[in-house]
Amino acid sequence: MQPAVEFRNISKAFGPVQANADVSFTIAKGSIHGVIGENGAGKSTLMSILYGYYHADSGQLLIDGQARNIRTSQEAIDLGIGMVHQHFMLVENMTVLDNVMLGAEGGFKLAAKRKEVENKLREICTRYRLDVDPLATIHDLSVGAQQRVEILKQIYRSANILILDEPTAVLTAQETASLFEILRLFKDQGKTIILITHKLGEIMDITDQVTVMRAGRVAGAVTTAQTSKEQLANMMVGRPIEGNLPRKPFNPGAAVLDVKNLQLQDANKVQLLADINLQVRAGEIVAIAGVSGNGQSELMEILAGMRLPSSGQVELEGKNLPYAGRSNADGLPYTFRQLGIGHVPEDRLRDGVIKDYSVMQNTVFGYEHRVKNRWGLFDFEAIAKRCAHLLQAFDVRPNNPDLRIGLLSGGNQQKVVIAREVSAQPKLMLVGQPTRGVDIGTIEAIHTQLLRLRDEGVAILLVSVELEEVRALADRIVVMSGGRVTGELNIEEFDTTRIGLLMGGMHKS
Amino acid sequence: MKQMKTTELPRWATGIVLPLLNLLSALLVAALVIHLLGESPVESMKILIDSAVINPEGLGYTLFYASTFVFTGLAVSIAMKAGLFNIGAEGQMYFGGLGLTLAVLAFDATLSPWLMIPLAMLGAAVFGALWAFLPGYLQAKRGSHVVVTTIMFNFIAASLMNFIIVKYLLPEGEQNPASRVFAESAALPTLNTWFPFFGDTPLNIGFLVAIAALVIYGVVVSRSTWGYQLRATGLNQHAAHYAGVRISRMIIIAMLISGALAGLASVNSIMGSTHYLSLNFPAGAGFIGIAIALMGRQHPVGIFLSSVLFGALIQGGFDLSLEKPNIPVETFVFIQGLIILFCGAMENLYGPALLKLINATRKG
Amino acid sequence: MEGFDIANIVVSTIRNAPVLMFAALAGLFAERSGVVDIGLEGKILASAFVSAAVGYTTQNPWLGIAAGIAVSVALAMVQAFVSITQKGNQLVAGIAINIAMSGLTFVVAQYIFQQGGRTPDLGAARLSNVVLPGAAAVADVPVLGWIMNSLVGGHSPLVYLAFILLPVVHWVVYHSRFGLRLRACGENPHAADAAGVSVERTRYMAMLVAGVLCSFSGAYLSIVQSGFFLRDMSAGAGYLALTALVFGNWRPLQTVLGCLMFGFFQAVQIQIEGVDLPVVGRIPGSLIQMIPYVVTVVVLAGLMAKSVAPKAVGKPFVKSR
Repeated sequence: MQPAVEFRNISKAFGPVQANADVSFTIAKGSIHGVIGENGAGKSTLMSILYGYYHADSGQLLIDGQARNIRTSQEAIDLGIGMVHQHFMLVENMTVLDNVMLGAEGGFKLAAKRKEVENKLREICTRYRLDVDPLATIHDLSVGAQQRVEILKQIYRSANILILDEPTAVLTAQETASLFEILRLFKDQGKTIILITHKLGEIMDITDQVTVMRAGRVAGAVTTAQTSKEQLANMMVGRPIEGNLPRKPFNPGAAVLDVKNLQLQDANKVQLLADINLQVRAGEIVAIAGVSGNGQSELMEILAGMRLPSSGQVELEGKNLPYAGRSNADGLPYTFRQLGIGHVPEDRLRDGVIKDYSVMQNTVFGYEHRVKNRWGLFDFEAIAKRCAHLLQAFDVRPNNPDLRIGLLSGGNQQKVVIAREVSAQPKLMLVGQPTRGVDIGTIEAIHTQLLRLRDEGVAILLVSVELEEVRALADRIVVMSGGRVTGELNIEEFDTTRIGLLMGGMHKS
Repeated sequence: MKQMKTTELPRWATGIVLPLLNLLSALLVAALVIHLLGESPVESMKILIDSAVINPEGLGYTLFYASTFVFTGLAVSIAMKAGLFNIGAEGQMYFGGLGLTLAVLAFDATLSPWLMIPLAMLGAAVFGALWAFLPGYLQAKRGSHVVVTTIMFNFIAASLMNFIIVKYLLPEGEQNPASRVFAESAALPTLNTWFPFFGDTPLNIGFLVAIAALVIYGVVVSRSTWGYQLRATGLNQHAAHYAGVRISRMIIIAMLISGALAGLASVNSIMGSTHYLSLNFPAGAGFIGIAIALMGRQHPVGIFLSSVLFGALIQGGFDLSLEKPNIPVETFVFIQGLIILFCGAMENLYGPALLKLINATRKG
Repeated sequence: MEGFDIANIVVSTIRNAPVLMFAALAGLFAERSGVVDIGLEGKILASAFVSAAVGYTTQNPWLGIAAGIAVSVALAMVQAFVSITQKGNQLVAGIAINIAMSGLTFVVAQYIFQQGGRTPDLGAARLSNVVLPGAAAVADVPVLGWIMNSLVGGHSPLVYLAFILLPVVHWVVYHSRFGLRLRACGENPHAADAAGVSVERTRYMAMLVAGVLCSFSGAYLSIVQSGFFLRDMSAGAGYLALTALVFGNWRPLQTVLGCLMFGFFQAVQIQIEGVDLPVVGRIPGSLIQMIPYVVTVVVLAGLMAKSVAPKAVGKPFVKSR
């Protein structure tokens, strides 16, 4: 039997970056094939080539044994290739039905095919247990349901090869289990599934074969049953991954942050945060674990002064943070910085840096007032000196203060942000997804930096969707789900299953 | 030594070469149109340059016009730095003229020029800022797009000023819709007293004030913390909020300053030339400011050069229209549109080709 | 109230609205696909001039209209090229077109007709009003006569076209394949792209439609309303149309209602001029002229309705990955 997909010597470069270099492997029909690798390994690029988003610079792509030149996503769809993206490709204010029909309307008049499509969708939902109402509007659906809509779209288009890109990043443990059930059903029906992920546990759970990618190349291709998490991790990274990083014995000081009964509703009265109570002491790392979208981002924004809570109080070293009497948070982050709160934001490019500013300009971002003279003009000499010191101490590469920060890699951008916030010597450091989009060498460096900060007595509140990161850094863990704190545990009590349940909304009783 | 292939254009390419290429493209289209109107582009160009640059009096007029345009160019530029597209410089200049006129009509008999001129400038700036306030406020607090609101305020200014001039400022018995003539104390000293080279032209100290404004703009925008926050707001509002910038306040202040600068443009135009407030005196200077801000890439040197260029186009265009009736002054409004198109909306038209050229020369 | 001819105001409203309706519906197509069209004003001016010029030269208003369509579409394609292919700043492109056309129409008009930048009066070469069957017979019947001859009947064909366009546009946007793809490109172009829809092509098509629709606005100004082209005769209609779009939340019916509202204000405006109002007395003409622009600001300040633009409007589509 011909393999469903075969990559032969695929290479693709974006400017100076070689995203894929001479990639060759096959994907068997009717199997669940995992493609694993860390950020920047080239898995997304490869799949984009398969889906017609990009064209390979060289090499061959064979579908069902036949060489194909896939130039557009429409051609990929015609070949039976479907893709469920990490960021859903759904039009929020349209119905499921409209989203499915988009691109496959079957004629100039929509009405002609609407009923027929609706019936077919209901049939597919029943067959694969997808539980989606075709007439629901997308923005009314939960994240898990929206993902099922994406899958529904591909099945409707008669996809035989289904690519899923990091599908469980936004799902709870239970939703992940449901998804895997659906995937197994597909496999039984003879469909081929390509699972892109960086989670070793999932690979071991559900895949038949695994291809490991590293730095744009194939680092290994194995049968899942014959390998282990450790072996895969080694192939992914090329060297043993970090064991426990050194840290001083846990000796927390006084409470620095005290969150009392924090509530947040949005404009539509939806409760985003409910009854949040937590404390962070000096010299302690409290990590908030949870699937993204459960209120952690909003909580961080409130604590950083970027957003106002609906009610509740937050004390910094015993004094209330000045939320009261305001109609919006305009300018509030400035005050919070003055009070000694540092913030490494979750979305680095959207919030943390100005892409078009130089590295040096970004080292004073948010702290401009501390480097000006009495005329309101910058003290360039002082800034340059400080910048040089920071770039050196935090090993930012390339070490060029005048380079536009947008040209640096994600990891190096993050180092600049962390360097900046750390050097302001905050009492409380808020850190959101510190290693998102960061290569593994830098992850270790960032973790070391955060631990050192903790040892120096700074109170650190960390938000991370990566349980490995939580385990590596936390002294205490707070789990959030549905806008609430569902459980708290010390690091000694760390238990993946238990935390998974808490993340899925099961309160500890 | 073989250099690395570059993926980004170097600064000198984006800052000088591309704008020049864009300008040339606009002029090429203009030349084509002139040719279709039955005239020779080369001959027209010659007449224009002779009138605007070679002839000392013409040069005087060119720089006189440039003095006005520097201010409207600065007005649009500073708003652009904050991410705001201020199309209302025309109306702000018009209303600023009212502020100037009120100050002069009240005090020109009693104050010396040393006090009168600064006071008039203050009036112009305050009224210009006032006219920009509401669009700025609505953008900051209600998200109303500043492009459409400022355009509306241009129209409102036209009607309002018409009403005010005719009803309140027109002296008894006069027909021409304008205020009375200002006294001597409100006249800007002309430069030909120190530089007789310029002959009998209205070129005045307003030109020096314009240069000063350019310098202040340059220093504030690129070297002050406020300028840093202003640019951050224009580049990425989310990040600027993260960094503690008060976005609403920044937007409003940027518009106020923009309006004030546009208002100041009326100083040179009125107190350097007509010496009275007349109907529609801005005559498109506000829109020329848009072209200048885009062509000059909001850089003080770029703004200055573009202002002089447009000054030359206006001066030379006027003489050209006298000699060649088929090329009326409105032709230069058309050219203005072309420049805005090529320099503002198609800046990267030649980018890829230029990049290829640079890499090709580096390989060898 | 004394001095106001209600019947006249109603008929005038119907006759004032089409200028805005054509332009607003044009803008609707562009913006729903994700392209900001600030250049309506320039397209209106260009087609107003060309329609009048060709109409006069050939003494055939329909040829004039056809020529106007061609010019407007050409400009729309320039805008499309700049906005979609070049991924340039759409606001700047629109403003550039407006300014360029303001100058060019005058220059060409002057060159061809030598009448100070206007075209000669079309005289008889204008569209004759549509007369409903049986309208003459009931002309003297109260109310019914008025309805048949002035309210529903007796308008220029372009007026009927404008109102017929409403259900047509509604159907196309909400019930056709093109409309579905259009709306997807305006809300989430990445989703459309992933579904195999060409975002570029859809947006170009939208701009093409916008060019066609907008041309009728210009033709209406010069052929139907005044009978000649005069410099800058659009007087902000393009921006008023955009405001109607905001007011109508980018939906065809509500947008048309917005246009009718502006038409109403214009009709009242003309009548107010000679009238002594209580307290304020006679309002001078120049202040009355301000009314539509002030209303625009009020609408945009969100004091009339909360409006939500298509999510992806104004952002050039760049394939991310």
